[in-house]
Parts: sequence; structure tokens; C-alpha cells
Amino acid sequence: MSAARPAARPPQGVRASRWGAWLALALGSSYFLLPLLATFEFSLRMQRGVYSFEAYRIVLSDPLFQSTFSYSIVMALLTIVVGALLVVPTAYWVHLRLPRLRPLVEFITLLPLVIPAIVIVYGYLRMYNSSALIPLTGSATATDFLLMCSYVTLSLPYMYRAVDTGLRSIDVRTLTEAAEVLGASRYVILRSVIFPNIRAAILSGAFLTFAVVLGEFTMASLLDRPSFGPYLQLVGANRAYEPSALAVIAFLATWASMGLIQLFGRSAHTRPGPT
Amino acid sequence: MAFLEISHLHKRFAGHTAVHDFSIAIEAGEFVTFLGPSGCGKTTILRMLAGFEAPSAGSMVFDGVDVTQVPTRARQVGMVFQSYALFPNMTVAQNIGFGLKLAGVERSASAARVREMLELIKLDDLGTRYPWQLSGGQQQRVALARALANRPKVLLLDEPLSALDAKIRLTLREDIRALQRTLGITTVFVTHDQEEAMSVSDRIVVLNDGRVEQTGTPAQIYNFPHTRFVASFIGTLNQLHGEVLRAQSGEVRLADQTLVCAQLPAGTPPGQACVLALRPEAIRLGGAGGPGRNVLHAVVEEISFLGSIVRIRTRVGAQQLSLDVFNDPNQALPARGAAVALEFDSAHLLALA
Repeated sequence: MSAARPAARPPQGVRASRWGAWLALALGSSYFLLPLLATFEFSLRMQRGVYSFEAYRIVLSDPLFQSTFSYSIVMALLTIVVGALLVVPTAYWVHLRLPRLRPLVEFITLLPLVIPAIVIVYGYLRMYNSSALIPLTGSATATDFLLMCSYVTLSLPYMYRAVDTGLRSIDVRTLTEAAEVLGASRYVILRSVIFPNIRAAILSGAFLTFAVVLGEFTMASLLDRPSFGPYLQLVGANRAYEPSALAVIAFLATWASMGLIQLFGRSAHTRPGPT
Repeated sequence: MAFLEISHLHKRFAGHTAVHDFSIAIEAGEFVTFLGPSGCGKTTILRMLAGFEAPSAGSMVFDGVDVTQVPTRARQVGMVFQSYALFPNMTVAQNIGFGLKLAGVERSASAARVREMLELIKLDDLGTRYPWQLSGGQQQRVALARALANRPKVLLLDEPLSALDAKIRLTLREDIRALQRTLGITTVFVTHDQEEAMSVSDRIVVLNDGRVEQTGTPAQIYNFPHTRFVASFIGTLNQLHGEVLRAQSGEVRLADQTLVCAQLPAGTPPGQACVLALRPEAIRLGGAGGPGRNVLHAVVEEISFLGSIVRIRTRVGAQQLSLDVFNDPNQALPARGAAVALEFDSAHLLALA
């Protein structure tokens, strides 16, 4: 009986390239992780000589933190709902009836990435100021509405891309025709056939929107609304350890969104094969 | 008036006419197939029947009601697509019950109908599965059940077997035909597969370039093709170039040999070139001729063994002629290069338009 032989070692060139890949990964990871670790470590140093979560305790018990964080969460949720209601039917119609317009619509939805937020918000202020035909800055509620519309614009590239990818993964035209022939109206088709089948894509767009809105500063600040972004800036300008704790909290919220995207994205694609 | 009356249907897309003056009357319970190559307009006509495309001209009447301007959802048609088109977010039962739910059928009645349809397609136990948990054949059965659940007036089948493998295709097409006979539903089937069309249809409409080439029963289409296109599209057919000798007696010349074509149009002037068609299975190897029989002398070029039949390719002058003989282990086949006499009925020699 022959003894088990050790697995053959890969050739030297392959081993060297593997080490190179690991080194590149380590360098890339440290580029992102080191500043974050440093921020986290600094946020624990509020009490002299010992590590503590004192900065977090102060931040979390700050009524201004609670109100701005809640405000931003509500705005993010509203943005997601309005954005999805705007983007899904539009993207669906473009897929179904106007495929030639797809490049144009994609270009329009990418504009918020090209035009700085400050330019967009100045445009809004010129168009909807208190002396304009539609005075959306005349009251707090109207300004909230304007801010939410700004966020919808800001999140368009993410929401549209995600929904468009979802629609490309299903046969929109045939599913629509199959539903139509069974007696479904366009509304029923969107609600019962299209929406459920691109749920994972909508959720991806929704979580990206959530992350973008949660940390947004420019629009909220220039429209003078009490959101989380301006609060972050305010604390950063006046405190030492709390801004680091806030930065970590914001990171955690964003990463939780990313994690949820991964989770829902995976569940939509890990279907077993036919039986 | 026929159950389904399609009159002078035209469909023009930008700068291109897909369907030219298409008319047909289909009786209740009839199984009619639109057969033709890609781009012949068969799917466009089916899509107009479903209401997905608006005709540029013409009218469609279903059971006495003009549906030309009626939207798809109000036409009461059932449709099965090539790609199954089951809703991925719904179970098999929910897919079948979708149309019933939209029609406002009571929940218990809908559940009973879904059960009935599942039994009909022999998938009783798979109601709770999702489409991705089924094979292609099972998915297409579900699509068929979904299309039939609402008791549509007309069933439209858009190449429903094309995406399936050969064995399942064969079983499913027999099942579709059996189901159609049981339910007595008027059916329009679109396919590019002539064998499929032959095996299931009451009538076949052969289409080419947006025009009807021939309409008839499978036997009529196969045995008596009216045009060169139908002759070449349906089955294997020898097309031979000859010359008219005497139209009255049906005599034609083919590579210095004289044959009788029983179908030669009277009044064709002598010397006119003509195209003759002859099925490989209509030809017999050897034979002494006789009344109503033609004998043609040829040289064997190639012999191909195809299982139950053997195809022998011969040369007659400059033209090729194939014949099929049954595979009989006791029968000696001619060698390549051998001179053979081929015999066939003069009624089987067709003159094509």
C-alpha cells in the first residue's frame, strides 16, 4: 500500500501571482480600513487613560441627534417610496414601448452625478422661492417636500440603474403580454407581475438611496432643514470625540444598508435548478 | 358565418409590409396552423389576433363580434408563448388562477377550476411549486392550463414547442392536440416546423413573405403543393426542370426521356419550360411501367442509410432525383454508378406554378 502523497505544489509563477493578489487586497483593504479603525479608536478615547463608549453615549442621548437622525430616516423612506413610484413605471414603459429612448433616459438619470448638488439646489431655490409661482420654501412642510424632491433627483442614478438591471433580468414584454391576455390592466400588471419580480432590484436601489440621503449635507443645509448631514457638520465643528463616534454610526448605518443589498440580491439569485 | 372570421388583414411596419391581405374563416373547434419560415408574417397575424398589434387594415370577428378595435384583455383569448411566460413570483396554482382572479371568479370556484386544470395537465401534485422548480415541458403544460383556465373563445399557440427538447416536444404536441379535441376549443397554432404542423392540424396555412401560399388539410398540402415554395418547404421534394411536349396528353420531356404529368395545365404551349415535382417516396426502384405509370432511367450517385428508410440519390441527365425505399435487409440495393429504372404514378408527377 502506498503512502498518501502530498498535493502537488503549484508552479512558482502561480504562487508568486497569488501572493501578489493577496498583497494588493491587503493594501486596498488597509487604505479603507485603517482610517476607519483610527476614527473608531479615537472615538473610544473620550475618558483619559481608558477606552470607553462615552462619546457614543453622549451622541445617542443628544436630543438633536435623535431628531435629526429620525428626520433623515423619514426623509429617506419618503424618497424611496416616491423614487420607486417614479422610476419603476418609467423604466418599465421605456423597456416595453420606448427601448430606443433608453440611452436618453439613462443620460438624464445620470445627470445628478454630473451636476453638483449645490447647483441643483440653487436652481430649486430660484424656481421655488417664496416669491415664485410655486412657493415651496414658504413653509416648513413645503420645504420638506422640496427637500424630498431634491433627494429623489439625487438618488435617480442609483434607483434607475438598480430597477433597469432588474427589468433586464426578466422578459418584461412577454410577461406583460401574458398578463394582458389573461385580462390584466397595466396597473395590475405593474402591481402583480412587474413589482414582485424586480423586488430585489428595487430594494437595492432603496438601500443605496437610504445611504445617500442619510449623510446628505448640501441640500439639507441650503434649504435649512434639520437633517442628519448638517448635524454631523455642526458637531464636527464644535466637539472633539463625538464627531468620530457619529462618523462610525453613519458608517454602520451605510454598511447595514449594503449588507441588506447583498442579502436580498443573493436571495433573488440563489434558486436551485429545475427538479 | 365561421366562428373566427379574419378578413383582408394587412400589417405595415415602417417601410415594410409584414402581412398582405390575409383572410381565413375558421370553424368552431378547428385546429388551424400557420406554417412558414422566420419572417413570413405568421407570428404577426397571431399577435394581431391577440390584440398585441393593431392591423393596418382588415377586420377580425370572433364568434360574431368584431374585435378589431377591442383591447387584448377584453378579447377572451388564451395564449401560450414560446418562452412559457409564467409569472416567476407565483406558484403553479397561482399562475393558473391568475386570470380567474382577475375575472372576479369566487375563491372556491377558482380553486376548483385550478384543481381541474392541474388534473387535465397531469400535474396534480405540483400546484405549490414555483415555475423555476419545473422542467421546460412541465412549465409549458402549466402555461397551457393557465391559458385554458378562463375558458377562452380562441386558443393561440405561439411556437409553444420550440424551446423544448425533441422527445418532450413530441409528447407535448400530442397532449395539446388531445386536450384541444377534448375541450373542442378553436385553436390557432404558429410554427415553422412542418412535421409539427402536419401531425396536429385540421388545416394548415402556408405563409411566405407575408402572403398565403396555400391553405388545406395536411394531406392536401403535402401531396398536392400548389407552388414551388410549398413544395420545397413541406417535406423533401424533387424539383425537376422539364419541357412541355403536348399539354393535352400531359407529355413532358425530361433529359431526353418522355414522361406523362397528369396535372399539366391544359393549353400550355409545346416547348415551354416547366417545373415538375415528385416526392421521393412516390418512386419505386425497378418496374416495367404500364398504363398511368412513368419509367425514368437514371444512374445511382449516392446511397444514404436513414434507419427505417434508405435514400437513393440518382442522376437523370444533369439533374438529381432522390427516392426513398424501405430498409429491407433481404433486398439488395443497387451499387453506386449502377443504371436503374425508376417507376412512379403519372398522378404523382406535379407541375408547379
